[in-house]
Amino acid sequence: MATQHSRSAARIMLAPAVILLLGWMLVPLIMTLFFSFKKYLPLRGGDLGWVGFENYVRFVTSSSFWPSVLTTLVIVGGVLVITVVLGVLLAILLNQPMWGQGVVRILVIAPFFVMPTVSALVWKNMFMDPVNGLFAHLWKFFGATPVEWLTQVPMSSIIVIVSWQWLPFATLILLTAIQSLDGEQLEASEMDGAPPLARFAFIVLPHLGRAITVVVLIQTIFLLSIFAEIFVTTQGAFGTKTLTYLIYQRVLESQNVGLGSAGGVYAIILANIVAIFLMRMVGKNLDA
Amino acid sequence: MGQIQLNQVTKSFGNVQVIPPLDLTIEDGEFTVFVGPSGCGKSTLLRMIAGLEDLTSGQISIDGEDATDTPPAKRGLAMVFQSYALYPHMSVRKNIAFPMRMAKMDKAEQDRRIEAAASALNLTDYLDRRPGQLSGGQRQRVAIGRAIVREPSAFLFDEPLSNLDAALRVGMRLEISEMHERLKTTMIYVTHDQVEAMTMADKIVVLQAGVIEQVGSPLDLYNAPCNKFVAGFIGSPKMNFIEGAEAAAHGAHCIGCRPEHITVSTTEGLWQGTVGVAEHLGSDTYIHIHGVPGCDPMTVRASGEFTVKHGDRVYLTPDMNHLHKFDEAGLRVA
Amino acid sequence: MARSVTQRRKIINTAAAWAIGLLIFFPILWTILTSFKTEAQAIADPPIFLGFDWTLENYGVVMERSNYMRFLWNSVIIAGGSTLLGTIIAVPAAWSMAFVPSKRTKDILLWMLSTKMLPAVGVLYPIYLIFIKMGLLDTKIALVVVLMLINLPIIVWMLYTYFKEIPGEILEAARMDGASLREEVLYVLTPMAIPGIASTILLNVILAWNEAFWTLNLTAAKAARLTAFIASYSSPEGLFYAKLSAASTMAIAPILILGWFSQKQLVSGLTFGAVK
Repeated sequence: MATQHSRSAARIMLAPAVILLLGWMLVPLIMTLFFSFKKYLPLRGGDLGWVGFENYVRFVTSSSFWPSVLTTLVIVGGVLVITVVLGVLLAILLNQPMWGQGVVRILVIAPFFVMPTVSALVWKNMFMDPVNGLFAHLWKFFGATPVEWLTQVPMSSIIVIVSWQWLPFATLILLTAIQSLDGEQLEASEMDGAPPLARFAFIVLPHLGRAITVVVLIQTIFLLSIFAEIFVTTQGAFGTKTLTYLIYQRVLESQNVGLGSAGGVYAIILANIVAIFLMRMVGKNLDA
Repeated sequence: MGQIQLNQVTKSFGNVQVIPPLDLTIEDGEFTVFVGPSGCGKSTLLRMIAGLEDLTSGQISIDGEDATDTPPAKRGLAMVFQSYALYPHMSVRKNIAFPMRMAKMDKAEQDRRIEAAASALNLTDYLDRRPGQLSGGQRQRVAIGRAIVREPSAFLFDEPLSNLDAALRVGMRLEISEMHERLKTTMIYVTHDQVEAMTMADKIVVLQAGVIEQVGSPLDLYNAPCNKFVAGFIGSPKMNFIEGAEAAAHGAHCIGCRPEHITVSTTEGLWQGTVGVAEHLGSDTYIHIHGVPGCDPMTVRASGEFTVKHGDRVYLTPDMNHLHKFDEAGLRVA
Repeated sequence: MARSVTQRRKIINTAAAWAIGLLIFFPILWTILTSFKTEAQAIADPPIFLGFDWTLENYGVVMERSNYMRFLWNSVIIAGGSTLLGTIIAVPAAWSMAFVPSKRTKDILLWMLSTKMLPAVGVLYPIYLIFIKMGLLDTKIALVVVLMLINLPIIVWMLYTYFKEIPGEILEAARMDGASLREEVLYVLTPMAIPGIASTILLNVILAWNEAFWTLNLTAAKAARLTAFIASYSSPEGLFYAKLSAASTMAIAPILILGWFSQKQLVSGLTFGAVK
């Protein structure tokens, strides 16, 4: 349905979006690259000249770099495992015949719509507070000593909070995928004598493979740059400093823009590695 | 007026040429049908006439004026699409009014034309419904109504009946033919169904792989197909082609004989074979016969009362006046 | 499911699903309940579930003290503004990619998506600097622009997915009927795509509303949104559970309701159509 006329109209209509995004991508990216080769301390002398790769080397060799990468990976990995495993189980449960399915769905999806700052704040104060938190009451009820969640087990605590936020997303996508499973396939496998566990392993799980991959990739993208939850709960203390938070501290707290920018470049590279896989997935889907 | 002329028109998608240089003239008031197997370029050709598709090279003129670069809206043509392409968010009345609204036509004139079209197409009771609430046949009528009110110089139909069930299709076929008799406007109709082509057309254009195989009246094509492709495409059931010794006896590489031009008998005939499947339609019986040299199976038409069963031996005699001869390239030999 | 399920099985399913559903929803429920308690009851030991003196006092205090309305207004303007602006830019772009696809359409779509994956922190300082230079730091305009750019790929993608479902023949019919490009988009495409456009807007309002990183880093006082307002409650001094709950409830209530309406679109929107 393409004539020369409509093709040129299409180009004009596409232009604003492309130009805006191109600017949004290139301008800050080039500036970040630019700063990353400079010693730049806005509050302590400003631009102090080119330093080559010094920032990159300093960022990687600083004592907080590797721990922050590890922290990032542990949080991302932990949340992924929890949300995918629980998500699959929950999706299967929600797909069973029951009363009030719609209402349960609404209850389960709700945490996704809570803004990250609010959820972190609520968990931190109302559940994980060692004195007045609900968990503290629960522990005391069973005669145990209340745990100081965010100082004693900060990583697990943050993983729990973030998992709570993302479990709905995983569940909803997996549920959608399960619902698209052809019922006759399951009935055929049942006729073929497959017990429930085998049906799950050989029919349901492979069918979910694609959805699980999508969940993993999209969550990874979002989780790599997780910020508000740490900002609100621990401010990066007690070994919860992620790469994102480390860069944020370098740039805005210690105002070392050059060093922070080098960190930013690392973060961009990390995200791009994940993004390439996601693109492949989505790209394949475009042809279908 | 609605005379359409295609002059050395070609179309390529990338490096693939789907329509090699093509000339065609459609006279004013003529009902022309483009027919051919799917992928033969007939829809592309129609869309190029409509202006929905660019020409790679060549020229299209409408009523003698060059329309090659005229946008679709300015060509004065109306089109009925395969999917009807009704606007689902508008009532039937608004759908029919849409082209007039775009032309900023006087409101009273719009209403007059809508009423006229609706009564002609039996849509008066449905004017305030949405397309979603109509049956397939009614939707088809709305699409036609939308085309009529513009009083176009030509109507373009892109496989308009292929989404209807068989019974409705026969009815709509008649309605469109009657509409043509009444309006005397040029119509170009694309279909892959040779029955539609035969029953409706003044002029049939048979296309294959973007090339015009033959142009002519339905009976011209039936009686004197210019090659094996047209011979096989026009007529149902298909023409039988016989090769080998039998064809050589007639001085041809291949001879063709339509099922209705072969007499079948249980006692005597020129060729013999055994009955495979006999399809009883009531009025006629189509018999598929195996074992005829050079043509397996051969299909013949017998009267409805002719009863044979699987495995019976039958004798066949072709009507020599209706024998078609083709050379090695598949072209008709006089 | 054509097969019959035993009543017992259904009861077990229902009980399990409701139990888990309520467990997941509990933190939100608890926040809402606490917001109606007095401060003393909010930290009572043992905790009180329902048998407390219901009061609206906290809401009054929060609204009075922290000028909740201004934060709310900022949130509405920024989330709504960025989504609206994004939609206006995205509709023509999605139209051209859905109906006049070229060889590069797929690459452009994927590239747009890839800008979404740029980690915000990597470009934080440049953006910060640009807005300072332009005098836009801590303004609503800055956030509208940034959030619009962040969500533009999602908006384009969602609209593209919806437009793809509209048969091209209908737009061609409009063209044959004499509609200009503007009329075609205005009278035919847009009305047909209203449901799709609506859910796109809904989901993107939610995403913009909840966005935290840029909100926290580009605003101080004037343009601060509910996100920042709530974050300001995290300072240990002056923490009051009931008021915190009231503020949280007010911040999440509007979006929670919108979110429940848009949950179906969430899947296609956030997975870019990769899961159907």
